[in-house]
Amino acid sequence: MVDSLNLVFSFLYQFGDAFAFLVLSACGLAVIFGMMGVINLAHGEFIMCGAYVSTRAAHAGVPMPLAILLGAACAGIAGMIVELLVIRRLYQRPLDTIVATWGISMIVTQGMLILLGPSMQGVGTPFGSFVVGGYSYSVYRIILMLSAVATLAVLWLMFTRTRFGLLSRATIQVPHVAEALGVNTNLVYSVTFGLGAALAGLAGGLYAPTMTLVPTMGASFMVEAFVTVVVGGADIFLGTAPAALILAVIKAGLTSWQGQLAGQIGLLIAVIIVIRILPRGISGKILRERG
Amino acid sequence: MTRKLTGAVSAFALLLSAASPVLAQDTTPIKLGVLEDQSGDFALATIGKVHAIQLAAEEINAAGGIDGRPLELVEYDTQSDNTRFQEFMRRVLQRDKVDAVFAGFSSASREAYRPIVNQFDGLAFYNNQYEGGVCDANMIVTGAVPEQQFSTLLPYMIEKFGPNVYTIAADYNFGQISAEWVRKIVEENGGKMVGEEFIPLGVSQFSQTIQNIQGAKPDFVVTLLVGTAQASYYEQAGAANVNLPMASSVNVGQGYEHKRFKAPSLKDMYVTVNYIEELDTPASKEFVEKFHAKFPNEPYINQEASNSYAAVYLYKQLVERAKSTDLAEIRKVIAAGDVCVEGPGGQMCIDPKSQHVSHTIHLAHVTADHSIEFPQKWDGIKPYWLGDAGCDLTKDDPSAQYTPSNPPPKS
Repeated sequence: MVDSLNLVFSFLYQFGDAFAFLVLSACGLAVIFGMMGVINLAHGEFIMCGAYVSTRAAHAGVPMPLAILLGAACAGIAGMIVELLVIRRLYQRPLDTIVATWGISMIVTQGMLILLGPSMQGVGTPFGSFVVGGYSYSVYRIILMLSAVATLAVLWLMFTRTRFGLLSRATIQVPHVAEALGVNTNLVYSVTFGLGAALAGLAGGLYAPTMTLVPTMGASFMVEAFVTVVVGGADIFLGTAPAALILAVIKAGLTSWQGQLAGQIGLLIAVIIVIRILPRGISGKILRERG
Repeated sequence: MTRKLTGAVSAFALLLSAASPVLAQDTTPIKLGVLEDQSGDFALATIGKVHAIQLAAEEINAAGGIDGRPLELVEYDTQSDNTRFQEFMRRVLQRDKVDAVFAGFSSASREAYRPIVNQFDGLAFYNNQYEGGVCDANMIVTGAVPEQQFSTLLPYMIEKFGPNVYTIAADYNFGQISAEWVRKIVEENGGKMVGEEFIPLGVSQFSQTIQNIQGAKPDFVVTLLVGTAQASYYEQAGAANVNLPMASSVNVGQGYEHKRFKAPSLKDMYVTVNYIEELDTPASKEFVEKFHAKFPNEPYINQEASNSYAAVYLYKQLVERAKSTDLAEIRKVIAAGDVCVEGPGGQMCIDPKSQHVSHTIHLAHVTADHSIEFPQKWDGIKPYWLGDAGCDLTKDDPSAQYTPSNPPPKS
């Protein structure tokens, strides 16, 4: 009885851990892709930006939660600058944004390598560990799971309950009508892109204490982020969240059964199947049925 | 008569002057290709190799070059990308016509470029520890191999901590073959494998792996993780309080994880290295001093930087003794079996059968505050396995890579 409870806990922990990683790494990408149709290949570099800024701040004595928010804010500002300088000029050319953001990604990675060197010392994972049934677990991983859920909740409130949410949904649905009604659509696009970048920065800040800090660290989030967004489709709540739930079950199950390789293969097979039967992702399916 | 004599003398003088370019010392530069990852996932461990080669070349040139000929480096950034290795290897051998190439960090990239070196009959130095087994006359390997690192490390670990071993390894040729070596040596020393997992390169999340390890209850974990993403394991295992001793042939000595992670996540990591900058010998201190004088911001001088540095001096000795950069002449010198240099970590001698190098192996122990102590060292450990298994490059050149389960064919 106790043994099976321990097993249930360990599965829930692994599932939650996979879920948190998928949600946090995909959120920013999903906002930018879902709201603006821009495929942001520099997503990983915004994550790296958040991780570097929050670690620097933590080294300078800023408390951890504040440091993480600061990382997110800096990534958001960086995102708005990128939007202003590059993305804004390419709204009618979605394929070109892929190339442009890919270029930004390479410039930033190599620039950081040259400017700040090949790595940066981490701050160490806070809060220690706890033991359940012979296994010890990291407390910070639980914080990550709660952060993922909180992030989804805050986004939900932001898009449904605030004026910015209303304006942005209007802009996304019918841009020229929104513009005719006096919405500053340029500003909405800019803020949305900044929000997506800030979410990426948040993921970076949250995972920074648990990872190697190197200029290429963003790359290790990209597979999970893209898999989640492709499976989920354009809508963050109807898509990203359920996609992360399903993929987390697949990943945690396969990894505990056959190891990391099986987990990775499982994710990629899931994408292939979803693209075949639901080309617009889970949310595309739900929205079409509803419409 | 006198006139005739003068004519003969002047004819002789003419002959002499025509021949003099051959008789006088050759001062054309010796070109050394340097193909290392200066960007991408492996850059962290390999930028120091490039710097070490630059340092050695500068010293050699300041002291008059190799046999009076200056050493010229032809460098390309291979970007941690196997196809770049192939592209640049063709370029240095075909277009730049270098005399030797120093190339490669990952075993995947070495195996990518090796057929090209064979095709052009070039000479490549692989200055990196690796999974062993390359029997190829076009290659000289100055890095340590499993029989040097594991046959020293694993008996020590089994005796000190117990017989149950769990291996986590990067899922490509290096990790797979190294794990095979671990299985073999653990078995030979009365140990038992309680688990093994291969991790795809680029994976950075290890919660489930950590749990699998805890479930198998090993006495120590062999970590053969490669690349910066996989290095996240230590932080995550530390946070989950796994608290098991670790043994490795790659960590600390390449990616200086003990400097990059906050203590105590690498506590009780044991690594067998042939050099790291903490080594407390006069040769090592002198090397660190010279290195920092030229590169004051070098974050860490790792084992492969030391191997690369020593390899330039090995090449210098080979060319000077062969009086040529011709591969056949150089290999005649290697066949003499007495080509040795004093590297920063100890003496390194080229074994003629395998063209690998003997090393002084130091056991490095990472303490709770991430300082390093050296509980043991083994002098003159030879890269014996290839020769014993039947690879003899003085007789023939199979240009193949062998493993314990796939040894050279018995003739």
